[in-house]
Amino acid sequence: MKKSQLYILAFILAAIGFGWAGYKYQVLKFPLEPDAEVQVWTIQARAEFNATGGPNQVELQLPGRAVSDQPGFVVLDERLISRSYGEQMTKSRGGRQVEWSVRRARGKQSLYYVATVVRDEHEWVDDSRPRLADEPELSEAEQAALDTVFDEVKAESADTATFSRALVRKLILDPEDGGAQLLMANRGGARGKAEFLASALAIRKIRARVIYGLILTQSNATAEVLPLLQVHNDQRWVTIDLRNAEEGVPENFFLWSRSAKPLLQVDSDDSPNLTFNVQYNLADAMVMAKRRSEVRNRDLVNYSLLGLPLDAQSTYRILLMVPLGAFIMLLLRNFVGIKTFGTFMPVLIALAFRETQLIGGIALFVTVVGMGLLVRFYLERLRLLLVPRLTAVLTLVVLLMAAVSVVSNRMGIEVGLSVALFPIVIMAMTIERMSIAWDERGPSHALKEGFGTLVTACLAYVIMTWDRLEFLFFVYPELLLVLFALTLVMGRYSGYRLTELLRFRALATEQSK
Amino acid sequence: MIFNPFAVAKRLRKIGLVGINQRNADYVLRYNKRKFYPRVDDKLLTKQLAIEHGLPVPELYAVVREEHEIEEVHAKLKDREKFVVKPAHGSGGDGIMVVVGRRGSKYRRANGLLMTEDEFNHHLSNALSGLFSLGGQADAVLIEYCVEFDPVFDHVSYRGVPDIRIIVFQGYPVMAMIRLPTRMSDGKANLHQGAIGVGIDLPTGRTCKGVWGNEPVKEHPDTEHSIIGMEIPHWDDLMMIAATASDMSGLGYVGVDIVLDKQLGPMILELNARPGLAIQIANGNGLQHRLQAIEALPKLAATAQERVAFSREHFGTV
Repeated sequence: MKKSQLYILAFILAAIGFGWAGYKYQVLKFPLEPDAEVQVWTIQARAEFNATGGPNQVELQLPGRAVSDQPGFVVLDERLISRSYGEQMTKSRGGRQVEWSVRRARGKQSLYYVATVVRDEHEWVDDSRPRLADEPELSEAEQAALDTVFDEVKAESADTATFSRALVRKLILDPEDGGAQLLMANRGGARGKAEFLASALAIRKIRARVIYGLILTQSNATAEVLPLLQVHNDQRWVTIDLRNAEEGVPENFFLWSRSAKPLLQVDSDDSPNLTFNVQYNLADAMVMAKRRSEVRNRDLVNYSLLGLPLDAQSTYRILLMVPLGAFIMLLLRNFVGIKTFGTFMPVLIALAFRETQLIGGIALFVTVVGMGLLVRFYLERLRLLLVPRLTAVLTLVVLLMAAVSVVSNRMGIEVGLSVALFPIVIMAMTIERMSIAWDERGPSHALKEGFGTLVTACLAYVIMTWDRLEFLFFVYPELLLVLFALTLVMGRYSGYRLTELLRFRALATEQSK
Repeated sequence: MIFNPFAVAKRLRKIGLVGINQRNADYVLRYNKRKFYPRVDDKLLTKQLAIEHGLPVPELYAVVREEHEIEEVHAKLKDREKFVVKPAHGSGGDGIMVVVGRRGSKYRRANGLLMTEDEFNHHLSNALSGLFSLGGQADAVLIEYCVEFDPVFDHVSYRGVPDIRIIVFQGYPVMAMIRLPTRMSDGKANLHQGAIGVGIDLPTGRTCKGVWGNEPVKEHPDTEHSIIGMEIPHWDDLMMIAATASDMSGLGYVGVDIVLDKQLGPMILELNARPGLAIQIANGNGLQHRLQAIEALPKLAATAQERVAFSREHFGTV
């Protein structure tokens, strides 16, 4: 097998692993750290109106649910609080709305819509068809004033966007001359002015509309609806901030509706009251990332570890760390040259340490293996055959552990109680192997291997129980592909091991003389 | 002097020292086909193959395959004073027991200790259940002729049998050493257990450098005799046996262990598909340059004679 083939394979695997993880991190905003938090806004829209007693119908415009409907944010969750009203969500060209209806209602009514919103960087697609607004009804004086304004504005602008911006400056920001003041008198608040501008632009055959949204800040407050003017320049919608005539969507702008209809329409009440309440919070990044990917594509979650039941998830949290432990073994054995009992026994011991914690685990391991060894030496003198002897040692290990548990419990130490899952078979095998090594290669050799096993197990334990790493591999299991690639590359390492260098050191100095 | 791993690695690379990783990746994995492993791992099979190829091996007295055969073995061995008990799949000299005499019903081991029949049976039973074999699979036990080692090594051995290890690469002997048992090694010719390794110059068949543990030595620690400059008898035969044994095994990279018997001359003890690297320390030379020289040959010589001649010409210890 050519080495280059191996490297190409490793490269591809690493690229897939990194690419996948990168996508999850960059786009789906999966966190890198377990305690990472993201900003979450809970927006409550409250519709208040008077009901006259008969059947009533209420229509509230809603923010878009699709990812591309929003610049800068995405709606993760929403719910309606409507008590006796029937509710129906509909989608139209202008956007989404909920229709509340009731057969009989009287007095003051309150209906709520609550949305959970997080930041999300993505492309804002707005392919709604531009349409000319209805021209405003103007008196002759107003007509003349508007023409003058248009002429002035035209002189200082180059295209649709700059024309509209100049108009905003002239009519809204500083209406100095009498014409502008005449035009803007009795236009109501910001919304009325914005709507007048959109209709006035229709006179000059400029397609314009008003969109409504909220500015989300890091404080909890009642939010005012912010209207923005949009003009279409034959290619796309240009957004103009009416507060400063700047082009572009203002920062932290959460788009609520771009429909031509009023935000809230109630049959029984001509001036219903709509208030927005925004709550700012920090939430667990993991939960939000999960919701975010669900909003994008349900399968992303359903076909991932996050879709598993919780107990299976916690099992995988541990399982995903096993390859990492094995990788540590690889490094220690093939690069450092530490000798251990069995290939992966240290990893299994490290797993067992999870139950007991490190210090308790080491103490337990040394105690049980030490006492087991003594008994094993005695059994050796009884001349038992191999399998019966192993069975005897195994039985003894269980009894020893029971004894340790009972004793430590009496002494009020917790460690002894958590040993239930400490893999007894592994202990029995360690004892057996160690005693053979003891007989065949001498005590120093056996102790050295035993010590190597313990050191490797401790190291593997420390790595495998590192919270951040565990979290990282659980959230980004595709990183195991990268580990896989690394293993492949290292699998062909044919250089010296560190212990070999020590072993052959004399040879090197001898030759250099 | 501070231990600088990079400087040491650089110098070792210059010498051409082969590390375990390199031995495994570049030689064992590449040249040793798995299917031929049983030929060397099973000592019984090795013995049969060697006999077919006309290579000298110690005579087989008895084979024990089942637990119940252990009792019968004492009768079979009734007339034998000296013999060796060997697990068929033992590795690194594990489980080998040398019996050099009897006292009543007891056996006297090479280390001078007496052993009851019971203890003897227990050892056999351990071996049968796979205590000494790699992976612990059930094993068979060979009982064979105990080599009467050549008196030339008398003053440089402490009990036990000194043996000669020759590494053969694609049929060419590349490096050799003789392993001398010491008191520390309990009469075993195993470097891990404290035997001395002494490098042998391939062209002349003379010993040159010795190593005990990781230390260079010039004298045997127990007998104080010089271990340098000894001439190995039957050197050409030894090289030929090694080259032929490697052909027989089918393995490209193999260690051949040979003993010298007083009367019967050289005999193959066993072959090893993963020979250790200490031979390089014993010789003070790296293997890599020699292995590369063979890999660079345009065509491998067909006969063992040619290959041995090539090795004796080119692979002198420096």
